[in-house]
Amino acid sequence: MKGDFWYRFLRNRLAVAGGVVVVSLFVVSILAPWIAPYDPNEINIDRVLEPPSPEHLFGTDQLGRDVLSRIIWGSRISLKVGFVATGIAIVIGAVLGAVAGYYGRWVDSVIMRFVDVMLCFPSFFLILAVIALLEPSIWNIMIVIGLTGWMGITRLVRADFISLKERDFVQAARVIGARDSTIIFRHILPNAMASVLVAATLGVAGAILTESALSFLGIGVQPPTPSWGNILTAGKDNIDIAWWLSLYPGMAILVTVLGYNLLGEGIRDSLDPRLRE
Amino acid sequence: MAVYVLKRLLTMIPLLIGITIICFLVMHLAPGSPTDLHTELTPHASPEARERLMELYGLDKPLHEQYLLWLKKLASLDLGNSFSPDGRPVWDKIAERLPITITINVLSMILIIVVSIPLGVLSAVYRNSLFDKVTAVFVFIGFAMPTFWLALLLMILFGINLGWLPISGIRSLNYEYFPTWYQHVDLVKHLVLPVLLSAFGGLAGMSRYMRSNMLEVIKQDYITTARAKGLSESTVIFKHALRNALLPVITILGLSVPALIGGSVIFETIFAVPGMGQLFYLSVMSRDYPVVMGILFIGALLTLLGNLLADVSYAAADPRIRVS
Repeated sequence: MKGDFWYRFLRNRLAVAGGVVVVSLFVVSILAPWIAPYDPNEINIDRVLEPPSPEHLFGTDQLGRDVLSRIIWGSRISLKVGFVATGIAIVIGAVLGAVAGYYGRWVDSVIMRFVDVMLCFPSFFLILAVIALLEPSIWNIMIVIGLTGWMGITRLVRADFISLKERDFVQAARVIGARDSTIIFRHILPNAMASVLVAATLGVAGAILTESALSFLGIGVQPPTPSWGNILTAGKDNIDIAWWLSLYPGMAILVTVLGYNLLGEGIRDSLDPRLRE
Repeated sequence: MAVYVLKRLLTMIPLLIGITIICFLVMHLAPGSPTDLHTELTPHASPEARERLMELYGLDKPLHEQYLLWLKKLASLDLGNSFSPDGRPVWDKIAERLPITITINVLSMILIIVVSIPLGVLSAVYRNSLFDKVTAVFVFIGFAMPTFWLALLLMILFGINLGWLPISGIRSLNYEYFPTWYQHVDLVKHLVLPVLLSAFGGLAGMSRYMRSNMLEVIKQDYITTARAKGLSESTVIFKHALRNALLPVITILGLSVPALIGGSVIFETIFAVPGMGQLFYLSVMSRDYPVVMGILFIGALLTLLGNLLADVSYAAADPRIRVS
């Protein structure tokens, strides 16, 4: 089973490309202090808004800071937000989905109605409202993106639980007197993790996009901390003179999100080729 | 059919109650109060002045009482008055901006349908062709594209380098001096980029959905039957397959409403379009509680209506739904 997975995954060139992007980003963000050519917050008023040159490959911003270095450091923010927000969404989604699917009946109805209600809100509205009322900080962003992104995972886990709870191994666990919590978390949940893993990979991509949009609007990661979104804000402010401020951070977002999407879909296809369209 | 619509309306009631509770809680669990803003601006304000403000806005009452009070007003579309200096009724502020937001979203939806359905159908029919592969690349990029960034790039290209399209607002400054026909042209020119961009995300999703849907339908027995009867390939595809593949699209369109409305915050802010999204952004920035609550509520209500409309039209188109 495991061998099959890797065989199929490695033959899927797009998935491997996605994996390479994701791994490279990890490396870049860990090595940021060593590979960034300049200090990302070093202001140099003699070299404001310089176009790309051999010295500053991606040019400089309105305070003369090196854009390449800011993008390299910004990768840390994106990864942090992507993983923590998705982690929160997974925990909420898995627990609610497991409880709804396992107990069924009124518990299920209540939880699923709650999911329906949450899905009625344009999620960006909800996130924006909460973040603006709290202080916009990286922690608040991660929490709020997570709190508004668990509904899809709940539905997936619930569906898995409904089919898995009738299986023999669950009956066996019940017969030997295992508690509900043991059955749910020890026996059934590990079997439902495959679909969660795929949803999580795609969720990281979504969280990174949301964070960059929020930072772009000025209610996400606050300057001077560099994030891809808030570099783009500077790009918009100088839109008629400094194209490089708009071009490069956006490309970083595009490539990253593309990488996670390809990886996620690659994992899904390799786990179960029948799911492939 | 009437029974189905009635049933569907009844299921909306708990959702509606849930929506109001969440709107209300979101605004009240957040620390900080609107009086902070007043008093921070005037540091000399005494605690008594602060209390008077709390009382004025009804913020001193217990939470559940505030909620019921808000709900009672909500029933008559009274969303309270804005905290901003103009102090106008929230509903008026939203109502004057709602048409432009709905117009942009309806236009984007039409654009999504017109472009992505042929794209999806053709890439399914010519599966694995060059066309299919190019579409697949477009779809992947479309999913990963930060649309606000695309907006910036298009602004640079069409607005600044080429100078073809205006990049802000929905009217030129000298709009009033244009002849009537040119006023329309002016409006259209201002709407091109916002509509295109708010449709962009949906284009990728819908073409992909349409493709897999069409592939699914083509596999069905009745398509084989149609082919076996000797019908021409175009009749099989466009009459027998397409009709069936189009049905679920109605549901997906309904489901895409929240994303479109949510996106309006970004595009209206970038392009300075005076719609509901921009109002939301501005109110969020100034902690204008009643307006934020009002728009959050209206946004959810629009989603609910979109879904209802989708379900009802699906039932009208497909009798199987009405019966079950």
